[in-house]
Amino acid sequence: MAMTDAHSTGIWSWLTTVDHKRIAIMYFVAGFAFLLIAGFEGQLIRLQLAAPARSLLDPDLYNQLFTMHGTTMVFFAGMPLVVAFFNFVVPLQIGARDVAFPRLNAFSFWVFLFGGLFLYASVPLRVMPDGGWFAYMPLTNPEYSPGPGIDFYVLSLLISGVGSIAGGLNFLVTILNMRAPGMTFMRMPLFTWMALIVSALILLAFPPFTVGLIFMLFDRRFGTHFFDAAAGADPVLWQHLFWVFGHPEVYILILPAFGIVSDVIPTFSRKILFGYPVVVFSGVLIAFLGFGVWVHHMFSVGLGPVVNAVFGGATMLIAIPTGIKIFNWIATMWGGRLRFRTAMLFAAGLVATFTIGGLSGVMHSSPPADLQQTDTYFVVAHFHYVLIGGTVFGLFCGFYYWFPKATGRMLHEGLGQAHFWLSFLALNMTFFPMHFSGLLGMPRRTYTYAEGLGLEVFNLISTIGAFIFTLSFVPPVWNLWRARRRGEPAGHNPWDASTLEWTMASPPPHYNFAEIPTVDRRDPLWHPYIEPESRGDGDEPGGAVPRRQPHEPPAPVVMPNPSHWPLVLAVGMLLMTIGGLGSLGLTLFGLLVTAVGLFAWAFEPPFGEEAR
Amino acid sequence: MLFLGVLASQGCGGEYPQSALHPSSDSATILDQLFDQIFWWAVGVFVVVEGILIYVFVRFRERPGDARPKQVHGHLLLEVGWTLAPALILVAIAIPTMRAIFVIDRSTPDPEALVIEVIGKQWWWEFRYPELGIVTANEAHVPLGRTIDLRLRSADVMHSFWVPRLAGKRDLVPGIENQLWFRADSAGVYHGQCAEFCGTAHALMGMRLVVDEPEDFERWARANTAPASAPGAAEARAGQGVFMANACVSCHAVRGTPAAGRFGPDLTHFGSRLTIASGVLENTPENLARWLDSTQHVKPGNPMPEVELSDAQIRQLVAYLGSLR
Repeated sequence: MAMTDAHSTGIWSWLTTVDHKRIAIMYFVAGFAFLLIAGFEGQLIRLQLAAPARSLLDPDLYNQLFTMHGTTMVFFAGMPLVVAFFNFVVPLQIGARDVAFPRLNAFSFWVFLFGGLFLYASVPLRVMPDGGWFAYMPLTNPEYSPGPGIDFYVLSLLISGVGSIAGGLNFLVTILNMRAPGMTFMRMPLFTWMALIVSALILLAFPPFTVGLIFMLFDRRFGTHFFDAAAGADPVLWQHLFWVFGHPEVYILILPAFGIVSDVIPTFSRKILFGYPVVVFSGVLIAFLGFGVWVHHMFSVGLGPVVNAVFGGATMLIAIPTGIKIFNWIATMWGGRLRFRTAMLFAAGLVATFTIGGLSGVMHSSPPADLQQTDTYFVVAHFHYVLIGGTVFGLFCGFYYWFPKATGRMLHEGLGQAHFWLSFLALNMTFFPMHFSGLLGMPRRTYTYAEGLGLEVFNLISTIGAFIFTLSFVPPVWNLWRARRRGEPAGHNPWDASTLEWTMASPPPHYNFAEIPTVDRRDPLWHPYIEPESRGDGDEPGGAVPRRQPHEPPAPVVMPNPSHWPLVLAVGMLLMTIGGLGSLGLTLFGLLVTAVGLFAWAFEPPFGEEAR
Repeated sequence: MLFLGVLASQGCGGEYPQSALHPSSDSATILDQLFDQIFWWAVGVFVVVEGILIYVFVRFRERPGDARPKQVHGHLLLEVGWTLAPALILVAIAIPTMRAIFVIDRSTPDPEALVIEVIGKQWWWEFRYPELGIVTANEAHVPLGRTIDLRLRSADVMHSFWVPRLAGKRDLVPGIENQLWFRADSAGVYHGQCAEFCGTAHALMGMRLVVDEPEDFERWARANTAPASAPGAAEARAGQGVFMANACVSCHAVRGTPAAGRFGPDLTHFGSRLTIASGVLENTPENLARWLDSTQHVKPGNPMPEVELSDAQIRQLVAYLGSLR
């Protein structure tokens, strides 16, 4: 792969990089590796459940595997892949040379990576956490979960959560402050809009979860009683803290995918997005409502009819802005010239399959109906439609769309199409039958099920589907490998897209824009084709198409220096985290390293280097 | 696939003893009817959306020589339309939903209801009938036609009580007493199991709810209020000796004998139950022998230790436990 930084390509340059494009690549590689690992865990789960009473996995190992599968997918595959796209795309789309805090950006990556590696250190030690990704108290207190498994869960999420919050802050500030002249809010590409919303979500959703994790850590390590019913506390508090984070987390994972397809569908329909302001504000509304629906994960807890009615109603409301998005995507395609390249296939696949997940979501928004669905395979079907049919398809869509920009190489179209059709088939074959196994009485998180409940055939189909899913990863990996040598050069704008990232060479130079562009409309590169809207919302006639970026910057470009202090700080925090397993000495040493890193970071000379 | 599901939902309920689609009580019927309503709305939306999508994919495919299409910014009336249409459908769903919530999530108004206390434990169910003085495990009998008022508690971690054909889930939360009610409308054996992840043997925390005709229930209740009958046959008497001399007594109670352990299931009328180990095995002498011989293999992680017993002792124990009817 061609490097984005002309200066150096050695390992040290990657460890100290503060370039958002290189950080994006690191996020992508690490997130994709975790995706493959967690996918393998899911495959093992499906093997165990292929038939009743199989004994491939013993119950403890099974419980560990579904815990690792869920935790990894959400925190160490889904989020970093989302953040990889934030990193690569957002500065390019808003006409910036980097994010607002480049060193903080590197730090976010390192603590995420260390959090993930720390979690997986529990595998060779054979002490994987086994309380589910939701880790309900009191099952996860030391009385019922002795041993360090749950500590790996708590500590890894605490450290990676620091990175998430820092990342959310970074992108919020970047999008608010670093936009090119003329790039008003209502001229931002949809992906940047969703990145802005999601950054705010991260910033608001992670703190309650962090508080919950610290309570849990204190209950486990220092004998406090935050969740101890015997001491008069209410263990349901954990569920509130978890889900008041956990539900917005779903939107943290899905809104970026919505943003990606909102950029990709217009490009491959050759038509501007239909109802731009409506699509933007429906995203804002989804995020806002997302904080008022967490109890729909808890309808069976017995919180009473009033609580359930309020949260059921609020949950139903979310269907409205979500539906609006789907209809606007359809209207964008209506009358367009649809080019079904791989990215567009994944976007179309998202609209088709996310709809199924959305509709089953409406089914559980009704609290009484949900009493038969919650904690069954019906819900497993629902959220895999949302998270694969939505998030993963959206991320693959973005991958095929921006890969040429990131690397300067085209991917092979046939392999891409094979990838789409295999994963589309696998998704439906694996998860559609789960609607039935759930309604016929199969609870989640069970390592086996009885014969004679009518579940056999549905589970067998699901398992075969899972095999196809595993197989579906062969074409993209091959494609990536192939593109290294044989990918055709991509040029500036291979898809004839409309936004700023397509004005520069592929891959972009490390300073992105030789000249910071001035923006006077939405979809600037399509300016000649768009008739201005009569009401005038930024699409006034006149003005010029932004030029292709010149090869050489006309004036010297000041870029931030590489720095190793983010890495040092992250190592210090990792040491504290490892110490959290039971070594006060190591924690204090880690604290020292952290403090040194912080001070050195703060006093590092701010001189930038000059380009070329 | 959808067709297969519809088929399944119309098949005979007997083939799906744990199905939410085959309700056999007033409470489960409310949930099922609500689900049906929402389901058909969802099918309608699905058909419309996917139909339009397929039309668009085919009709607006790029063809060679196509010019760039006309650019459209939006359309206010369309936006209003596809905001209002889903909103109206949601209202149609919300009204029956709210009605059902205020029936289902309240305690039963029936003063004649039979109260049963359910205590969830890792990984089995204890049932207590305060009115009748019965304590049993993993299998509750209830009379047909009378409202059952379950009081749900947990002895350790979160569990969730779920017998789909009789009622929706209700969690068992430490420190809190939850309620759940239903009135069964046909006699039979209904399968249920724990629906909130509760640790190693969560998957094997099953139960049976047996709905009896009122006179059968009376008979069952009379039998179960009585202390254990003294074993008659020699082998069963020997088994009682084995039981009393081993670790069994420290966890299990057999009313009418010195065995008064409370940690494990009450075995006073074990012989009359349908299953062993909370729904894992059918209660036959062979299965019981297997359970006594290799508990940890049958239900890995369960708190019952594997006591060293000779084959003869196991035979005697099987005879004794089988005699506790």
